[in-house]
Amino acid sequence: MTAATVTAGAILPGRGGAAGSLSDAFWRHPGLLLFLMLTPPLIWLGVVYLGSLFALLMQSFFAVDEFSGMVVREFTLKTYGELLRPSNLDIILRTVVMAGLVTIASAIIAFPIAYFAARHARGRWKAVFYLGVMLPLWSSYLVKVYAWKLILAKEGILTWVFERLHLTFLIDGWLALPVVGGNSLSVSPTGTFLVFVYVWLPFMILPVQAALERVPGNLLEASADLGASPRQTFAHVLLPLALPGVIAGSIFTFSLTLGDYIVPQIIGTSHLFIGMAVYAHQGTAGNIPLAAAFTVVPVVIMGIYLWLARRAGAFNAL
Amino acid sequence: MRSDRQHRTPPGLKIAAAAGLLFLHLPLLLIFLYAFTTEDKSYQFPPPGLTLKWFAVTWNRPDVWEALGLSVRVASISTGVALLLGTLCAAAVSQTRFFGRETISLMVILPIALPGIITGISLRSAFNLAEIPFSFWTIVLGHATFCVVVVYNNAVARFRRLSGSLIEASMDLGADGFQTFRHVILPNISTALLAGGMLAFALSFDEVIVTTFTAGQQQTLPIWMLEELVRPRQRPVTNVVAMVVVLVTFLPILLAYYLTRDGDQITGSGK
Repeated sequence: MTAATVTAGAILPGRGGAAGSLSDAFWRHPGLLLFLMLTPPLIWLGVVYLGSLFALLMQSFFAVDEFSGMVVREFTLKTYGELLRPSNLDIILRTVVMAGLVTIASAIIAFPIAYFAARHARGRWKAVFYLGVMLPLWSSYLVKVYAWKLILAKEGILTWVFERLHLTFLIDGWLALPVVGGNSLSVSPTGTFLVFVYVWLPFMILPVQAALERVPGNLLEASADLGASPRQTFAHVLLPLALPGVIAGSIFTFSLTLGDYIVPQIIGTSHLFIGMAVYAHQGTAGNIPLAAAFTVVPVVIMGIYLWLARRAGAFNAL
Repeated sequence: MRSDRQHRTPPGLKIAAAAGLLFLHLPLLLIFLYAFTTEDKSYQFPPPGLTLKWFAVTWNRPDVWEALGLSVRVASISTGVALLLGTLCAAAVSQTRFFGRETISLMVILPIALPGIITGISLRSAFNLAEIPFSFWTIVLGHATFCVVVVYNNAVARFRRLSGSLIEASMDLGADGFQTFRHVILPNISTALLAGGMLAFALSFDEVIVTTFTAGQQQTLPIWMLEELVRPRQRPVTNVVAMVVVLVTFLPILLAYYLTRDGDQITGSGK
């Protein structure tokens, strides 16, 4: 492209005309160009998107009239009062506990993968690990959930493997446990947990890997030279330096679990999660104010979470 | 001795990393196996037999084709809108300094940082308030909103590497703004845009959470799958569709990977 331009003449003649004067106008008034460049995205994101968000937030301050079932457009905190009912607090608590457990499990599974990819994989293996994380990350969310439906089904592969190993009593014993168990793995909280970990794991691996790649190798050598065992080096040098990456990853796993309503709907019990409650209230129940109030919960939790993460320096690891 | 010990990989780490990768990939491989199963009532493993019959059945299903067609159209238009808006935003943020620059980055990232259900329900209630009926364009509106961010991220990264002296040189040699854009800026950012566009396409093609709120009665392919997951009607057809979706999303990801990898080397070596 550039070569063709050069042969045509190193210095292009001024073009004049409308395009030329427009270009001159942009040069003389850089603010005009900036304004024209920013207007379309600002209208789209600032007006349409943020406008919708604020409209939703506003509606959480309305309430549904108990007799007519219609939304009364007057300022009230009644809906937030409803949110604090024990049954709704249960939903919030269940979701937050699940999000926390999923985050911890993803961090534990992600760390060795990220560590190997960052510090031991070379050349071709580096590409294998990179694509090995990217492909599951980008492949269809629903297909991933569906795959787990196949795995966790009573007649599915997991039961078959345990049968072959004569370990069926392990699954049965686990399912008989009170809180985590259920009729089969695909309708138990354990199933929901497994699928969440699977679906969000790549979001944890990538930031942890990025953080580990930035740890200077000579720090680890210095630690070893000073007589630290590999275990001590890991606990006192590597882990503190990788922690911002783990926190950055946990933002994704935590936030995504808080807002999801499809995984617990397809693989899980009938107990609601925040996302399912939002969906139910806005849909069949037609209680938009309560649904809106429910969406405020993850926003507030994530706000606090992000604020804490920022203090821990996690944003530099993103 | 020391350095040997440093570079030796502990076997425990190797096993944990390999097990982690297997955990990520085995479920996807299972999808491929199930597409060929002869069992059509349950998810029985191992499959009692293998057949190609379900590919033909799926091929002749008009609802699958309609859903696929809608998904492709939505993804194409959303990607186009996202390419335009994302590039404009990236150019403005990286080439100039102005008040509120960080706010714009935050605003672009917000649709993907907030849980999808919030974007979905807020758009839906806004459509309700404004009395806009659900249509093809309501789906596109939702999708383009969160697709902007991937194009933006790719373009911003490339703009940062694009040295300002190239643009100044072009101007010094007499090119006007449009010529500079056409002959200098565009060739430099095109692979980043292509990669961002493919990721945006993949993102839109796969999106279900926002779509459930903005689609009304229309069925994109993910909505079709969700229906099948909640109320299974013909499991073998779902298996085949799932396998095809995995293959179709893998291709743009691989392409985007090779495009940005090579592109980065070229821009890097140019300076």
